[in-house]
Amino acid sequence: MKRSPLELSNTNIQKRHRKARMFRLLCAGVTWLGAALLAILLIQITLDGIKWLDIQFLTSFPSRFPYKAGVKSALVGTLWLITMIAIVSIPIGVATALYLEELSHKGRIAKIVEVNIANLAGVPSIVYGIIGLAIFVRGLGFERSLVSGALTMSLLILPVIIIASREAIKTVPMSIRHAAYALGATKLQTAWAHVLPASFPGILTGVILALSRAIGETAPLIMIGALTYVAFLPEGPMDSFTALPIQIFNWVSRPQQEFHELAAGGIIVLLVVLLTMNATAIFIRHKTEKKLQ
Amino acid sequence: MSAINLVEESIVEKTAGESESIASQTFPDEVILDIDNVSISYSGNPAVKHVSFPIAKNRITSIIGPSGCGKSTLLRSINRMNDFIDGVTVDGNFIYAGHNVYSSRIDPVEVRRNIGMVFQKPNPFPKTIYKNISWGPQINGFTGSMDELVEKSLRQAALWDEVRDRLHESALGLSGGQQQRLCIARALAMEPDILLMDEPCSALDPISTSHIEDLLFDLKSRYTIVIVTHNMQQAARISDYTAFLEMGDLIEFGITDQLFTRPNQKRTEEYVTGRFG
Repeated sequence: MKRSPLELSNTNIQKRHRKARMFRLLCAGVTWLGAALLAILLIQITLDGIKWLDIQFLTSFPSRFPYKAGVKSALVGTLWLITMIAIVSIPIGVATALYLEELSHKGRIAKIVEVNIANLAGVPSIVYGIIGLAIFVRGLGFERSLVSGALTMSLLILPVIIIASREAIKTVPMSIRHAAYALGATKLQTAWAHVLPASFPGILTGVILALSRAIGETAPLIMIGALTYVAFLPEGPMDSFTALPIQIFNWVSRPQQEFHELAAGGIIVLLVVLLTMNATAIFIRHKTEKKLQ
Repeated sequence: MSAINLVEESIVEKTAGESESIASQTFPDEVILDIDNVSISYSGNPAVKHVSFPIAKNRITSIIGPSGCGKSTLLRSINRMNDFIDGVTVDGNFIYAGHNVYSSRIDPVEVRRNIGMVFQKPNPFPKTIYKNISWGPQINGFTGSMDELVEKSLRQAALWDEVRDRLHESALGLSGGQQQRLCIARALAMEPDILLMDEPCSALDPISTSHIEDLLFDLKSRYTIVIVTHNMQQAARISDYTAFLEMGDLIEFGITDQLFTRPNQKRTEEYVTGRFG
């Protein structure tokens, strides 16, 4: 008997459809697993820490007594740190990316630099801590200051910023550069006026990812000797400091249950800072992208 | 194989002699740019071979030929846009204002400032219409009234009336044909000696194309235009001189009317009558 070509009992097609469905289910499952784990984590933290979150928590220095302890110095230290990291790493990172992509003669040396930057992005953060300790704390005599911390963290995230910025710069169409060159523009003028603005949204994304990494890093700061008990606020870049991850680490490593809950409170504060940064970046990116269209 | 080679060689020799005679004796116009024995290759593969012909001032010269004949390559090397492509070598001379533009004493930026270019696809900057025009003069130290220059350039490109009320809106909101005229206006704002156009209408519809052709006609009293086109009717309609390239060889160069009605070369005749290409 001859089967109609459109008959649904065509087993081959059904098999293929089944495979597609299964694959989609698998992908969906993995996606939701990740989201669910994150949600559980967030809920757990919130349940633990929420009752400690009040103005007193934000405006108190650390203390031996849990009900008196707060994150004031750690929060201010983190804000100082992130600002200084941004000031140091963004110009250097973006300028490097611009040089490698637009201005350098693409020879062997550029290739070697390129491979090594990719390698640096994979170096464990504790190693950067050791470098920071040797160079900034001891070698240059910056002591255990914000400067040492910010410079060390900048080293850590520079590869990320450079790689992300280069990718963003690569997406700018060649035709825009040619249009500028044909008007008698130099490479620098072209890069500054057209390539950089057009790649700004992508660069911003990379910068925020990198700063988010820096804000959560603990190991390098411990290595360079950021203090865990700081009962004063840093007044300048040469002051010693503490930061949120260090304060959290310190609380977690104490035996008392109350301090564990304080740590959860600290984590919430850290997440809020992080999300605020990301939200600001997305907002700016959205605005600039709209302006370009 | 060898027979074909022989035929091609004889064609080349004849044309070389021909264009020389046009250039030296009967060429009726002032020569602004002399393309002199130019060969161009991409990493050793020749794309243009020993091409010579003059570009007449305040005239439109078109370069025609089948795809891959080297016409765009030749055009882009006039203002050294080929510098940005790896592995390109250029031999021979482009004599402009008494200098070879490839001389080591010549700054390619200076060359491009005087020899403007319009590309195949409209490529406005993702900025406002106004800034698209003003940026070139601005970086090159223009000191006069920018508003006037922008208006003048847009008027020359027959775009002013369409955009006068939206100068500070994004250029990406314009239609394809308007974008291409904006690119022309942008090039004109630099007041170039020569304007190079690389198939400027190939991405446009017939109406936009006819707009641009009318525009080129108006422009030639003030500018010298060299246009690459794969559209033979376009070359016949708008240009004063035509160069026909095939496989990197200049087959024939001459006054457009002559080249299209009484070509000297059999290959030219076959091409312009549509028998290949």
